[in-house]
Amino acid sequence: MMLARLKRSEGIWLFSRSPAALLAAIVTLVIVLGALLAPWIAPTNPYDLASFSLIDGLLPPVWEAGGDARFVLGTDDQGRDMLSSILYGARLSLSIAAMAMAVALVLGVGLGLAAGYFGGRFDAIVMRIADVQLALPAILTALLIDGISRGILPRDLHDDLRIAVITLAIALSLWVNFARTARASVFVERNKDYVQAAIMMGQHPLRIMLRHILPNIVGPLLVIATVDLASAILLEATLSFLGVGLPADSPSLGTLIRIGMQYLLSGEWWILWIPTLFLVVLVVAINLLGDFLRNLFNPSLR
Amino acid sequence: MLKVEGLCVQFKHRGGASLAVENVSLDVAQGEIHGLVGESGAGKSTIGAAIMGLLPAAGEIAAGTLMLGDTDLRRLSPVEAHRLRGKRISMIFQDPQTSLNPLMTIEAQLIETILAHEDISTDAARRRAIDLLEEIGIANAETRIRAYPHQFSGGMRQRVVIALALCTNPELIIADEPTTALDVAVQAQVLDLIRRLARTRGVGFILITHDIGVIAQVSDRVTVLRGGKVMEQGETARVLGQPEHAYTTALMAAVPPLGRRLDRFRLPRVAGEAEIATQVDLAREAEDWLMAGTGTGPGPALDISGITVRFRGERRGLFGAREDFTALEDVSLSVRPGTVMGLVGESGSGKSTLAKVIAALVQPVKGDMRLDGARLPPMRSRARSDPSRRMVQMVFQDPYSSLNSRHRVIDILSEPLWLYGLERDAARRDRLARAMLGLVGLMPEAADRYPHQFSGGQRQRIAVARALLSRPGLLLCDEPTSALDVSIQAQILNLLKDMQARFGLTTLFISHNLAVVRQMSDDIAVLKDGRLVETGLSEAFFAAPTASYSRDLLAQTPTVRFDGETSPATRAKHSIRRE
Repeated sequence: MMLARLKRSEGIWLFSRSPAALLAAIVTLVIVLGALLAPWIAPTNPYDLASFSLIDGLLPPVWEAGGDARFVLGTDDQGRDMLSSILYGARLSLSIAAMAMAVALVLGVGLGLAAGYFGGRFDAIVMRIADVQLALPAILTALLIDGISRGILPRDLHDDLRIAVITLAIALSLWVNFARTARASVFVERNKDYVQAAIMMGQHPLRIMLRHILPNIVGPLLVIATVDLASAILLEATLSFLGVGLPADSPSLGTLIRIGMQYLLSGEWWILWIPTLFLVVLVVAINLLGDFLRNLFNPSLR
Repeated sequence: MLKVEGLCVQFKHRGGASLAVENVSLDVAQGEIHGLVGESGAGKSTIGAAIMGLLPAAGEIAAGTLMLGDTDLRRLSPVEAHRLRGKRISMIFQDPQTSLNPLMTIEAQLIETILAHEDISTDAARRRAIDLLEEIGIANAETRIRAYPHQFSGGMRQRVVIALALCTNPELIIADEPTTALDVAVQAQVLDLIRRLARTRGVGFILITHDIGVIAQVSDRVTVLRGGKVMEQGETARVLGQPEHAYTTALMAAVPPLGRRLDRFRLPRVAGEAEIATQVDLAREAEDWLMAGTGTGPGPALDISGITVRFRGERRGLFGAREDFTALEDVSLSVRPGTVMGLVGESGSGKSTLAKVIAALVQPVKGDMRLDGARLPPMRSRARSDPSRRMVQMVFQDPYSSLNSRHRVIDILSEPLWLYGLERDAARRDRLARAMLGLVGLMPEAADRYPHQFSGGQRQRIAVARALLSRPGLLLCDEPTSALDVSIQAQILNLLKDMQARFGLTTLFISHNLAVVRQMSDDIAVLKDGRLVETGLSEAFFAAPTASYSRDLLAQTPTVRFDGETSPATRAKHSIRRE
């Protein structure tokens, strides 16, 4: 029954008619699946030091002269398989981005809902904090949190918590979008009669916000979430590239690109270009999906 | 001049195509006003759009011929059609608030339109624009032309829109509900203007409206439409005087009369069509449940005294004081137990604000409210658990926004039952909600659907059901039918009347339509600019209003009589009978 309803729905129909969205969805799906299933489908495990050797170092991809069939996309200087590194890297990047998104979503939508619903002083305070947050570049936020956590946490604990730190840094620079969108949508919905009816009936504000208003503003939030997922991936890559993020022994996409930078001019182009290309394709695909969703939820753009 | 023959318009969608207009033929001669009348969904606006060549992307003309003079409108290339629009056919839209560009002066908009179609100098265009404004009755056109749209009142703005439509000397003007957004008094003036322009300039008008009263006032010929098909067509005097089709009769009967009081509103139903089947046994259950809760006695008495509401104004300048806006000033009135108090007044008179004060949605600066002698706390001090939360319920004006579109009807209806702890058992709540749907004339299966799957009238029934499921004593109805068609208005008013009488609900009924209020209410209160002008028994009020403002208000309300006068000239005089 669910399937039948899905088949009849307008969204699926529009989807099937938009080749760009369809392609983007397939690409995203393949990458996400590849990342999720990395431990089972990747040829080698880049974290397992015994599985690679320096002898295989700097091998080009198979289609180049000197390529090795065991390493489809070549190897890096340590002899690690590029394909496996990318899959594991994407796994790490995507999970950090998804976690950061989830934190930003809960924080931003929660604050935005409350600010829009209650208005007044609470709204003013939340929105000024948001303004301040917008004025700080994400990298600065990340450095700040990194520095603070370094200061207050013991060193070994800090290394263990690097993923948490970078997730928090990304979340803190993304929540503002959600808060602003949620607040603006709540302002519109709040004056509609169904909310007035709920207020008049004496329902609890929390119930009005979560059960009445939230389902009605989910559309624009979903769009922001998709587009911001792409920014979160990029942000993580940027932070790792700059060395603020993850250490070299747990390679995310950004770390891979940073390592590849050293070989930019030395002929081993694949170490830089393949992960970079992979990142670009992933981000473009997610953005295309976001554009499609935006059009879907805003019929006037159709 | 305009000749439409066998017009069929279809809309393509996923499952194929549906006909929105079927085999419609009509002629408009020079200087003639041709009315298109029907309920929403009758295809009136689609015909207008087809003639303009402005059908939405999914729509297309499937068959028929459209001739304007010697030009075949269907054969035009897009460029030719673009040149013709505005030049030979132009349009007057419903809402003068949105059909003018707020950032451009009237002058700029008029001159732009003239220059787009004619190769004359800017000065000549300005001259023509000023003449035109004078012709349509804007005094000091020379200086007023430099004003922006927001500096005009609604009626004046609609005149400017008409000037904009006229400035290229078109042969045909399509007016799509030109007076629907206007107050009654202004409506009469705008209609007079349209009639005058048709006579003096020989422009043909197609007047699209859902209001058969408007048709009676101005049109020469009329086409009655229903579901995209022509029901009846002919001289207005003949069609309204001796209607041949039962639907025309029904449509006329649905207009509530101002002159007398009926027991029930008449529905525009053609004899033989079944009335909505009420689910008798289910409805019975809901009725018993309501009776068990409220008892058989009448609802509570509502007394309010000295209610004053002020809204915070904008600060004028950095050091200027705020200018507060007084929405209600010292309003006191009493609604007797189990009776209907009709609250009337123009838009902006504070009617809705008063209802919101009683519903605890607006905080009054002072005043006292009592429900059966017990103090009714105002917004800020009314606790969520206050018993009046259940006792006082409201039916809102716009059924499209008063129901949460993301909730199923069953969830919307069971909410008051558990919120007020009226039924602890979930299965019982479910059954009761369905029973209530039966009572308001919907099928119990409707419970599983979402609000957007219903028409406006059905949604308003759901809203009434929601209000009743709280077992209320006091019902606030804020213009419950002004967003609905005339025919559906009658159904909803009948429903409200039935429920009110059966359960003895004390009711505050707000409307700007005096005829409707006369049918509904026992007492009447008149508001003007936030002050109470007159209160009294309804029948006495309509027989002899005491305040001069009430007399004006009654006099401005056009009453429509459909008595078979034959000559358009006499009809024009008689049909607007000013009492």
